[in-house]
This record gives sequence, C-alpha cells and structure tokens, in this order.
Amino acid sequence: MEFNYYLTTIIFLPIVGLIVIALLPNPKPKAIKLIALVFTLAAFALSLAVFCLFDRSAGAIGQIQFEEKISWIPAINAFYHLGVDGLSLPLVILMTFLGVLAVLVSWNIQLRPRQYFIWLLLLETSILGVFCSLDLVLFFLFWELELVPMYFLISIWGSGRKEYSAIKYVIYTLVGSAFMLAGILSIYFTAGSLNMMELAGLTVVKPVVPLAAMFLFLLVGFAIKLPVVPVHTWLPDAHTDAPTAASVILAGALLKMGGYGMIRLCVTIFPEVALHYAPLLVALAVVSVLYGAAVTLRQKDLKRLIAYSSVSHMGYVLLGIFALTQVSLTGATLQMFSHGIITGLLFAMVGLVYDKSHERNLDNLGGLARQMPVIAVVFSIAGLASLGLPGTSGFAAEFITFVGSFSSMAVAGIRLYTIIGVFGIVLTAGYILWMLQRVFYGPPLEQFSGVSDANNIEKVCIFSFVAAIMLVGIYPAILTDIINLGIEPITKLIGL
Amino acid sequence: MPHQVPWLIFLLPLFSLVIISFILRPFFNNRPKLSGYVTIGAIGISCALSLWVLAEVLAAPRHKLEIPDIQWVVVGDLSVHIGLIVDSLTAVMVVVVSFVSLMIQIYSQGYMHGDPGYHRYFAFMSLFTACMLGLVMADNLVFLFLFWEGVGLGSYLLIGFWFHRPSAANAAKKAFIVTRFGDFGFLAAILLLFYHTGTFDIEELHGLAIAGTLAGTVLTWAAIGVFSGAVGKSAQFPLHVWLPDAMEGPTPVSALIHAATMVAAGVFLVARFFPLFEHCQVALTTVAIIGGFTAIFAASMGLVMTDIKRVLAYSTISQLGYMMLGLGVGGVAVGIFHLFNHAFFKALLFLGAGSVNHSTGTFDMREMGGLRKAMPWTYITFLIASLSIAGIWPLAGFWSKDEILAYSFTHNQILFYLAMITVFMTAFYMFRAVFLTFGGEYRGGVVSSHSGHEHRKLHESPAVMVVPMVALAVLSVASGWLNVTGSFGQFLGHGGSSEAHSFVAGFFGMLAHPLPLISLLVASVGIFLAYAMYNAKWLSAEAVGRIFKPFYILFSRKYWFDELYERVIVVGVLVDGIFAALSVFDSRVIDGAVDGVASGTASTSGAMRRAQTGQLQAYGMAIAVGVIAIAVCFYLFG
Repeated sequence: MEFNYYLTTIIFLPIVGLIVIALLPNPKPKAIKLIALVFTLAAFALSLAVFCLFDRSAGAIGQIQFEEKISWIPAINAFYHLGVDGLSLPLVILMTFLGVLAVLVSWNIQLRPRQYFIWLLLLETSILGVFCSLDLVLFFLFWELELVPMYFLISIWGSGRKEYSAIKYVIYTLVGSAFMLAGILSIYFTAGSLNMMELAGLTVVKPVVPLAAMFLFLLVGFAIKLPVVPVHTWLPDAHTDAPTAASVILAGALLKMGGYGMIRLCVTIFPEVALHYAPLLVALAVVSVLYGAAVTLRQKDLKRLIAYSSVSHMGYVLLGIFALTQVSLTGATLQMFSHGIITGLLFAMVGLVYDKSHERNLDNLGGLARQMPVIAVVFSIAGLASLGLPGTSGFAAEFITFVGSFSSMAVAGIRLYTIIGVFGIVLTAGYILWMLQRVFYGPPLEQFSGVSDANNIEKVCIFSFVAAIMLVGIYPAILTDIINLGIEPITKLIGL
Repeated sequence: MPHQVPWLIFLLPLFSLVIISFILRPFFNNRPKLSGYVTIGAIGISCALSLWVLAEVLAAPRHKLEIPDIQWVVVGDLSVHIGLIVDSLTAVMVVVVSFVSLMIQIYSQGYMHGDPGYHRYFAFMSLFTACMLGLVMADNLVFLFLFWEGVGLGSYLLIGFWFHRPSAANAAKKAFIVTRFGDFGFLAAILLLFYHTGTFDIEELHGLAIAGTLAGTVLTWAAIGVFSGAVGKSAQFPLHVWLPDAMEGPTPVSALIHAATMVAAGVFLVARFFPLFEHCQVALTTVAIIGGFTAIFAASMGLVMTDIKRVLAYSTISQLGYMMLGLGVGGVAVGIFHLFNHAFFKALLFLGAGSVNHSTGTFDMREMGGLRKAMPWTYITFLIASLSIAGIWPLAGFWSKDEILAYSFTHNQILFYLAMITVFMTAFYMFRAVFLTFGGEYRGGVVSSHSGHEHRKLHESPAVMVVPMVALAVLSVASGWLNVTGSFGQFLGHGGSSEAHSFVAGFFGMLAHPLPLISLLVASVGIFLAYAMYNAKWLSAEAVGRIFKPFYILFSRKYWFDELYERVIVVGVLVDGIFAALSVFDSRVIDGAVDGVASGTASTSGAMRRAQTGQLQAYGMAIAVGVIAIAVCFYLFG
C-alpha cells in the first residue's frame, strides 16, 4: 500500500518527540536535546523527501499534492484537510529546517530544558500546521495554537521586559485573530464551505457582509503578523526579549504566516477586492520598507536592530504580494523563504555574540573579529545577504520582487513606488555595515579578551544557514520552479 | 577554442578563493606562502587564457565569439540566463585585468610578507579579480550586476583589510555605501530597461537602441541610471568621495582598485552600453561633462595633498574623468584606450608608492626625499610612470590623452580647455610628488611600518616587488604604441577617421601637429614649475601657497564634500534628524497608542469593576431602576 500521510507525519513528528520527552522519567538534559534533534531532523528529512517527490510537471500547476482529507466536524462541514502546493511547500521546508537549527541554537539552555524543548517542539508543529492546512477551521486552530508555546518561551526563557513583551505579543496577535475569525465565519456563512481551495475566486450574489469586509477582516490578522507599519510594534519587543531560538523561529517562520495568509486567503479568495485595495497596500509596503530601515538605523541594541530590519524586509513581501503579478508574487514568496533563513541566521549570530560577550549594546561592542573570526565571517555573510548582495538568496528574492512589481498593471504609479522601495537597499547597506563595524571592527577591546569563537555544534548550525543562503542565491530556480506552480493559478484569478 | 575557456578566466580565481578558504586556511595555516602561489597560479593561467581569447577574437569575423548561455531562473515572463560576451571590448579588458592583477599579486608576496592575514589577503584578492573578470565578460544585466556588486564586496573587504584600524573600517564602509548610491540608479535602470524591452541581454538591448525601438525618455533615463552606477564605481563627481579614503587598504590593493578593477568598472560599463549612450545625446553629453569636470576638479585637490597615495588617488579620479570625457566625445575606443594605458602606469605608480613605504614606513611626502639614491629601481620606474601619466611623448599616456584632447577640441571647446588645464595640473602634481619623494635629501626619520617591521635604513625593495614594477614600466612606455597606426581603435570598432599610415610616420608625425605640441608644452610647463618649486627651490612653495591661500584651503579641505555628505546630510539631516524623529514617533506615538489602548482598557475595566459590589441590595436597586425606566419608556413611546 502506498504511504500517503507524509504531511501528517511531518506535522506531528515534533509532537511525538514532545511526548517522548514528557514521558521519560528524569531525563538528562543531553537526552532531551538529542530527542528533540532526532525528531526535528526526521521532520526535516521527510519534508525534503516531499520536496523531491513533488510533481514539477506542467500538469501540476495549481494542483494540491500530498493531499489528506478526513471528515472532522461534519456538522459544520469541517475537514482534517492537509496538502501542499508550490506556495506552501517552501515554507514547510523553511520551518522544518529552522526547527532543526532552533534545537542546535538552544544547545546551551540550562533553565528547565525539558519544558523548553516541549514548547519549542509544539511551536514547530503549530506553524507547520498553518502552512499545510487547507481547511479554514483547522488553519485557525493551528494559528491560535502557536501563541501558547511562544508565550511561554518568551516569558520564561526571555530577557529584558520579557513578561511585557510576551503579553503584548499574545494580545496583539489575538486582536488580529479576532478579526480573522470574523472573516472566516463570514466566509463560511456566505459560501458554506471551509475548503480553502474551493473558495478561490469567491463570487456570491448575496454575501452576509460585503466581500471587502471579509477581505479586510482577514487582512488585519495577517498584517499584524507580517507585520505592516503601523501595526508592527509588537515585533521589536517580542524579538528582542525572546530567547535566541524563539527569535529565530519568530523572524524566520512565524512572520511568514502573515504573508502566506495574505496570498492564500486574501488574494486567492478575493482577487478583485485585492486589486481594489492594492494601491493602499503597496503604498503601505513602501512605507514599511523605508520607515523600517530608518528606525533600524537608530537602534543601539543589536537584537532590536535586526528586529526592526525585519519590518523593512517584510515590506518587500507586501510589495510583491499586492503588485499582484506572477513574478512579483513569486518574488514575495521567495523573499519570505530567503528572509527566513537570513534573519534566522542573523538572530542566531546575535545570540552567539551575546552568549560569548554578554553584551548587546552596540556602543560597548567592538573589535570582536579578532576573538571570534568564524562568528565574524558568518555574521558578515548574513549581513551581506540581508543587504541583498548578488549570489545570496536576498538578492534573488528582492530582485525578482522588484522586477515583478515594476511591471505590474495592478496599481497606478507602481513603478515609482518600486523605485522608492529599491532605495531601501542603500539604507540597508547603511545599517548592516554600520552594525558589522560596531561589533567586529576596530581595535580589540580589553573586556572581550577572553571570549571564545563558535564551538563545533554552533558551527554546524551556522554553516547550514550559510549553505542554504548561498544555494538559493546561486540557484534560485530550485525554489522558483516550485513556487511558480502555486502562484500561476492565483495570478490567473486576478486576470491582469 | 573550447567554450569553457572564457568561463575559466573568471572561474579560476574563484577556485583559488575556494581553495584558500576551505583547504589552505583551515589545514595549512602555518604555510601562508601557499595562498600566494595558488592565487598567482590561478590568475596566471587566467592571464594566459585571456591572451588566447584575445588572439581568437582578433582572428574571428567581426571580432566576436559566440558562447552558449545557461538558463538561470524562469518565472512567468521573467527569464534570466547567464552567459558571456566575448568581443573586442571583453578581450582587451580581460587581458588588462588579469595581467595587472597578476603583477600585483606577485608584488604582494613581498609587500604582505609576514602579515598575519596573508591567507585572507590572497583569498580576497582572488575574489576581487574573479568578480572583475566576470564583470567584463557578463552578457546580461543580471549577471553583470552580480559581478558589479561582487567587485564592490571585494573592495569593501580589501579596503577594510586592516579592520582593527577604525579609519580602515570607516573607509571600507564609505566605499560600499557611496557606490551603492550609484548602484541604486543602475538597478533602477535595469528594471526600467526590462520593463520596456522584456530582456536583460546586453546585445539585444544594443540592437533595440540601434534600431530605434528603445528611444526617447525611456532610453534617456535608462542611460542616466546606468551612468549613475558608473559614477559611483568610477568615483566621478559627485560620488568621488570614497576613493581617496580607500587608500586605507594595503597599497597593492590600491594599485588594483585604481588600475584594473573597481574604478575601471564604471568606465567599462559606459563602454559596454555605448550603443545606448550613442543614441541618446543627453546622456552622452552628461558623460562628457561629468567626466571633464571631474578631471579638473580632482586634479585641483591632487595639487595640495601631502600623502603620496592621496595624490595618486586624486590623480586616478581625474584620469577617470578623462576616460569618461573620452567616451563622451570620442566613443568606446578613445575612452577604453586611456583606460588601457592608465591601468599600467597607475598600477606602477601605486606599486612605487608601496615600495617607498616598504622602505620608509610612511606615505607622507614631507618625511621622504632623496630616495633616488637608495631606491634606484623604484625611482626609475616611478619616473617613467609619471612621465607617462603627464602625457610626454612618446610614452603611453601621451597617445591616449592626445586622442581625448583632439576629440574634445572638435566637440566642445569648454571641455577642451578644462582638459588642457588638467594636463598642466597633472604634470605639476605628479612631478611635485616625484621631486618631494625622490629629489633633494632624505627628511624622514620615522621608523615604523604597516606590519610592524622595523626598517632600520632605506633600502631597495626585494626582487619580487621590483620585477613586476619593471614589467609595468615597459608597458607604461609602450602600451600606447598599439594605436599609433589606429589598430587599437579599429579593433574596438572605431572605423573611419584614422587614415592608414605606417608606424614610423604615425610615431613621429604626431609631433608635426599643433595640438600634441601644445599639450606637450603645457605638460612641460607643469613639470618645470614643479622642478622650480620643489627641487631647485627657485620658488618657495610656502610663498606660492600664501598667494593662493583661499584656493589652497579650498583644495586641501576637498571642497568640504566630506563634511557636507557625512556631517550635514547623513548625520545631521538623516540619522540625527529624520530618522531620529521617526524613531521617537515609533516608540511614542505608534507604540504609545498601543500601550494607550491597553492601559485605557485596563482603567475602563477598573472603573466598571467598582459596579460589581457584590451587595444584593445594590443589584436589586439597579434592577428596580431599570424596570421602572423600561416601563416609563413603554408608556411614553410604546
């Protein structure tokens, strides 16, 4: 018999690991870490298997693959319905990849390791669930589930104003979720279906609320997650105060739930409404890019600086999405993946620098390249990828987004918007190089004379990131060929 | 010729980078020499292959070889391939880049001897050379942009090579960010061109421009955008500020940046897109004006610098201005011919400055003097390069500079006079440097060095440094002779104007024309004035300085451009102005609103909580009031 439960297995492997950790009587910290590593690695390996088995032929355009559909709540027509297409598969791989590296990043966790890894594994399951769900109720369930582990990870293992940031994160997201739920309910009562695929290009004669309202309800939830200026202020607090692994997953995978939701629900279900609101959203995207970069340039805390840079970079995702062309949407999806690995690495590097030097304030850092050459090199590579140096995934993604946006017919004046957005690359170069200089260059400082470089486990972790960044940068077709399959039918719905 | 040969030209130095970073540095850290050998081997083979390619191109019909493309990425109607153009421009450039780089790598073995970052140095040098070689061969905008930014990265890494010095770290950052301003324009031009033509292929774009399909404002903006990239990389006004600071890198790096890579990339870019400029008069005039202005503007600052590398840096900016002027008024052959000659004598000048530094431990010309006795080879080669850059017949610089002057004379009188004044300035500042460094008696006493070596007494540099200098000196004399009969120009597609004549007639016949004689006279006056002021001391330099004091201040403070850009615009207006305001806005207004909603909710609920007293009497009272109120409402409105 053919094995047909790849996605279920991938999603719930971390849960199995979690149960094993929970049930072991008095496990040693080392055993916990190894179990977490084994299960996340298994999920990653399986997602790569899905990647290899994925049908890339022309007949697969718009097809959901690895579909699983079991009746779940018949009363409301809800299904346990999973599947991946070209849009979601890269994000699934991103999450399983980051899942492994998040465990490696957490290798030195001393405080309550058992609980820590339980939450971390639960987090992975919930995010994977969001990317694989094709049923709105299931999607919402996973969406909300993610809040619980993140809350505990920030508030227990975080730093600084961790309780404040954790609560802020949860409440802010819940406000968005409330709108989202309203959107999902109104879709359900209008169309009578929760199947995300069937709802594509929804046209109904008498909706319970106007389609535009449904679109905006959903959009609010996703815009908070992405985030879009001006609903972004949870992000710097949460990212800064979260423990390293949580920051890696927050910036790496969690923000992508917002972008993914916008494409999968807002644009796919309501293409005409999306077209109508595109000018506003494209303008907001450009504001996010420049505003985010401008505020980033003022940050003194290394981690906060990276956090704000995410606001700027996710602006490109929003630009690509609401330029509404095939190329721009593909670019936006690639940018989500690329930002995931680049910013994931940046947070991992900040974590390393802080672990070794116990300092995150840029005014007090300096000259570390002598003490930690490997960290300096990898941090620089991550920074250069972030500023969009060709040969790294950052360039491939941003370039495709720019080309797609520039040729969009969806928004009047988008060429000017795109050019303004492109100017972001100058500001990005400014803050990245300034940061690298502050941390690593200059004369070696007395107080850091004893700090060490990355150890072997850390090297494995950060080199994996670098390999992924270079692979996608040098050969982006490895992902764009797949993303295309998912994006093409969506652009047909928009019909420009 | 197999198709792989041109690919190998830039892949070999890239392999060298990989070998050094992944094999030599981790496993042979105590054998640094190996990195040097690997780099020299790779670039040496590249250089040989470049000559092979040049020979093939010379023999090929229309001087062009076809190399198959490779598909890179296809998304919807966006299709990007990667491939190489192998035409006459490419062939000349790969030979110049690989040869000059090879000489510099050989020299570096001596100059960088004992530096703790020896492996890193050669790894970066390999990267830098590979990207420049790729840049000159790339056949489409995306692939070209990859190397374009790669060259920027290489210069960032090498300028900041001694990153523990704050000045080096600052200079590296400045170089990258200033050039990125230009790159922004270039990227915008790439988007614009693709939007209107649907292609990134450079030759297709040429065809569209020649056919007139690509025309009007689109072409103008695209050409201006491309040129802005060139302005950044080639340090033209107003993005010239990074290059003088770039001398913070090791001196062989400066030689490479100033001669064959990085700054040459901008001039090359304009040459590569010349059909676009040619069909857009506005853009072409812009190139000529910016070039002509930069030439005199930079030369004026070169007059007063006391650091020998800074003199050379401003001289580079000025000479790049000449090249742009040449492109603007004369076309590809004229501009590239000067780039070709300049690569040799400018590389040699920097290597000479490095050699002087190796001996004296300083770049300050006030601490030098009299070095002609201790360093005869350095002196002779530096002198040859100086004569060449000053444009003295029959050295290389004379031939290309004369062409630029001749073309600007027929195109634009104002630019011609600017260029002629620049000839005077060039001769003056170069020989000021020669006399201050090598003439008179030794004034120095500083015994220290870049790498901590103690240099007890003045000495000539080792053979490994002198031999490349001699090789470059030979070319500084002779490279210009390639176009005596106009063959260089014809190879680069410059037809028509040059009538066929024999080498001897061309070689000496030049002196029968008035224009070359005038420029020779002007240059000689410059040299003589420098001699009078700095060697014979007939004129006191201080007295001259006092007479021209306002100019002296203006030049030596570099027209206050650094202050304007860094203090006023970047720090004053942007970082401490707009960005600071936005940052406060973000934390106070936007986030304040979020916190405000939260605390508002909390205080409202706090107020409402007081209603929940838990006393039954109070609840009963409220219910009674409510019932009465409803009853009254019914009675009144029901």
